[in-house]
Amino acid sequence: MINAGTTVAQAKAPASAVRLPRRRGIELALIVLAVLLCVYGYCAVGLARNGTVPPGAAGYGAGLGVLAFLAHCAVRLRAPDADPLPLPIAVLLNGLGLVLIYRLDLETPGDEAAPTQLVWSTVGVTLFILVVVLLRDHRVLQRYAYVCVVTALGLLTLPILFPAVNGARIWVRIAGFSIQPGEFAKVLLAVFFAAYLAANRNALAYAGRRVWKFRRLQLPTGRVLGPIVTIWLLSVGVLVLERDLGTSLLFFGLFVVLLYVATGRTGWIAVGLLLASLGAVAVGWLEPHVHSRVEDWLHPFASIEAGQGPNQLAQSLFSFATGGILGTGLGLGHSILIGFAAKSDFVLATAGEELGLAGLSAIFLLYGLLVERGYRAGLAQRDPFGRLLAVGLASILALQVFVIAGGVTGLIPLTGMAMPFLAQGGSSVVTNWAIVALLIRVSDSARGQYDGKAAP
Amino acid sequence: MTRYIRHAAVFCALLLASLLANAARIQVVQAGSYDDNPANRRQTIARYHEPRGDILVGGRPVTGSRDSGGQLRYERSYENGPLYAPVTGFASQLYGTTFLEHAEDDVLSGTDPMLSPFPLWNDLTRARADGGDVVTTLDRGAQQAAYEGLGARKGAVAAIEPSTGRILALVSTPSYDPAVLSGNGSAVKRSWSRLIGDRDKPMLNRAARQTYPPGSTFKVVTAAAALDAGVITDLDEPTDSPAPYTLPGTTTSLTNEGEGCEDAPLRAAFEWSCNTVFAKLGADVGVADMTATAQGFGFNDTALRIPFSVARSTFDTSVDRAQLALSSIGQYNTRATPLQMAMVSAAVANGGQLRAPYLVERTTTDAGATLATAGSRPVRQVMRPSTAVRMKELMEGVVTEGTGGNAAIPGARVGGKTGTAQHGIGNAGVPYAWFVSWAQAEDDMEPKVAVAVVVEDGSADRGEISGGGVAAPIARAVMEAVLTS
Repeated sequence: MINAGTTVAQAKAPASAVRLPRRRGIELALIVLAVLLCVYGYCAVGLARNGTVPPGAAGYGAGLGVLAFLAHCAVRLRAPDADPLPLPIAVLLNGLGLVLIYRLDLETPGDEAAPTQLVWSTVGVTLFILVVVLLRDHRVLQRYAYVCVVTALGLLTLPILFPAVNGARIWVRIAGFSIQPGEFAKVLLAVFFAAYLAANRNALAYAGRRVWKFRRLQLPTGRVLGPIVTIWLLSVGVLVLERDLGTSLLFFGLFVVLLYVATGRTGWIAVGLLLASLGAVAVGWLEPHVHSRVEDWLHPFASIEAGQGPNQLAQSLFSFATGGILGTGLGLGHSILIGFAAKSDFVLATAGEELGLAGLSAIFLLYGLLVERGYRAGLAQRDPFGRLLAVGLASILALQVFVIAGGVTGLIPLTGMAMPFLAQGGSSVVTNWAIVALLIRVSDSARGQYDGKAAP
Repeated sequence: MTRYIRHAAVFCALLLASLLANAARIQVVQAGSYDDNPANRRQTIARYHEPRGDILVGGRPVTGSRDSGGQLRYERSYENGPLYAPVTGFASQLYGTTFLEHAEDDVLSGTDPMLSPFPLWNDLTRARADGGDVVTTLDRGAQQAAYEGLGARKGAVAAIEPSTGRILALVSTPSYDPAVLSGNGSAVKRSWSRLIGDRDKPMLNRAARQTYPPGSTFKVVTAAAALDAGVITDLDEPTDSPAPYTLPGTTTSLTNEGEGCEDAPLRAAFEWSCNTVFAKLGADVGVADMTATAQGFGFNDTALRIPFSVARSTFDTSVDRAQLALSSIGQYNTRATPLQMAMVSAAVANGGQLRAPYLVERTTTDAGATLATAGSRPVRQVMRPSTAVRMKELMEGVVTEGTGGNAAIPGARVGGKTGTAQHGIGNAGVPYAWFVSWAQAEDDMEPKVAVAVVVEDGSADRGEISGGGVAAPIARAVMEAVLTS
């Protein structure tokens, strides 16, 4: 992700007649590879479980292939200069997620999630195509910053009107469909943060009173800072009410990262961390739901010692441990022991058990690569809004992967969240496709306008 | 801004690196301890994923596996469950394993390293070998005869081939069907609590895991000790023992059930089971020689495995002369398992040599290739061969002349000893009827079978006769089954 070498190379490149290769052919080849890998995984599950190739293999491969091909065509036609990596990575992760969910469906007959997930993936890819085709220039979004934030807050507050599910009030149920509006809100908030910070970053960085003796810490004026902190407090407040701490943590991290990138002030990080720890302690103290999560994290086997059997986190750790280095093989693990969230929050445990540390590392590196391409699009972009937008979207992915993967592997307390593309969950898949579409859009404009000079 | 974007990127890279490091910690460093956590069901699931190997009696399996289709997939089934329960034990998803199912679990469940094609192969491939089979030494006919002989009564039978130590029959009644404990449904839990709560203790292996006062059958040990120690040199010479006999150092006097024991020679005393004669003999032999002989037969041995462990039979070694006298007629602290008493009889029948008893002839792979055989068992010279010859004579006398007439088999040499053991406070309990014996067909070179039978509800009325009346016919049926097979 640190590409100092590249920058030097770019700086030395001649100033004229430079055009980055488009590499659409490579993108197509990688997509074909990704689809084949997923079909192979699908067949491997069937062979391991029943000794036969599952009857739906051709349909599954064709479905995934057609979706990926259509997305590729959209990119080829409307974003020809875009980075060739994000789309194949998204296809591979989404396809792998479908394989894992299909595999877990075999353990829960009567409760099949893979077909629904395929439908939502189709919706997601459709949204991807629409964004790539209809959004000609990402800067258009800057104009709708306040529309975005109002919509985001509306979406965040909506689930309060609906009953809680498993302790979190984050779902909206309409006509048999469950939607998690908070998922969409994060993209809208990223757009708003990017637009607002792009417009006000100088004021935030340099204006305002200086506190502290040696003028190290400088506070911006309330006029500049006020709106953004208000928005942030509102969103976090809503989330605490809804008990969705994963998303709350995500928003907070996104806010701090973008503020730091926009202003370059380390003081923001200090203030951010201070606020975060205060908030974490307060919430952990007051909210029993969170308090129990922290207790589980510190003592994952407490329920076993108490004779109540392993809890979800303990089961998840057992899953990862069983996988070892090479895994048990697709279809041959017992991650279903985790229970009701095996297909959603804990889907990574199935990957860890059946693909082992090798497969898990590959998945982590795919996410890392996706994030890196997002950051790279931000670096290559000239327009501050575009830069912040790309960084914000990439950071959403990075933070989300860290929060949920760290949670299910016992690195940090568990907060309910979906592994991007991998986990069961319609809203999540659709949102992540939208994120990839915006990254494609930003990278297309960044590489299209590239003139051989490094970005400022 | 570029600089700060790079910083943020480094931050994301650190997050990713910590995820990878943590995954390696769980999946490699700590994997072992998580795998072995008893709350982790995976080992149990793997264990029941394949059908279990079988336990074979007379070349045919007495166990089977039934596919339940559940998470713990294969459940154990048993043919003639109650008949073989003291040998097979049970294999239950909920309550674990016992007896051979437990002792040979590695082979039966397929985890024995010998079952994998190459060393470490199964560790590498995560495969589990097909369960192997366990071939027992049991004789179907003898087992059946013993079980039918005991019938509705509470008791146990152990039969051994004297020359090898192979266990030919091991029966305990009342018994139970281990099949009701396989699986993990609520029916299994109900069966378990019913069996555990049963006052007759059907799951108790009375042949190997329960000790009884051996009563007069212990006189075989005392007689052997007296002959070996030279206290008796002539079987027909009067023994200079009074009747009743006052226990040394006390005023308690010991009587006999029958008449004619005063000064009786050893042969007559053995045939008619004179308590006075044998109590005095034990006291005359002394603690050291009595202990040596009893321990030679296997008393006080905690290490006996057949391959599951056998309850320790006891002969108290810190006793005064009165206690020694009582110990020598199988009372006081003397206790024996039926298997132990079968070993006593087998040692006599085998010329004074005792072979350690065993139940598993060999283990094989699923395809029938031998994994391990019982091999030669340790031999112990329990008494001098000349003593053994005279002991056989004495035991044959019991069957031809004395209390053991019910064990006689036409056309075979049969030796035996009856016993009735008093027990309970003030001997209030219903006495145990014992019979230990061996048999040799006319055209055989050596005795083919040694048997011990105990019946818990032997009649209290006629002392020695109950051993001969209740237990001897069962022993005869078992011996006949072996001799004719």
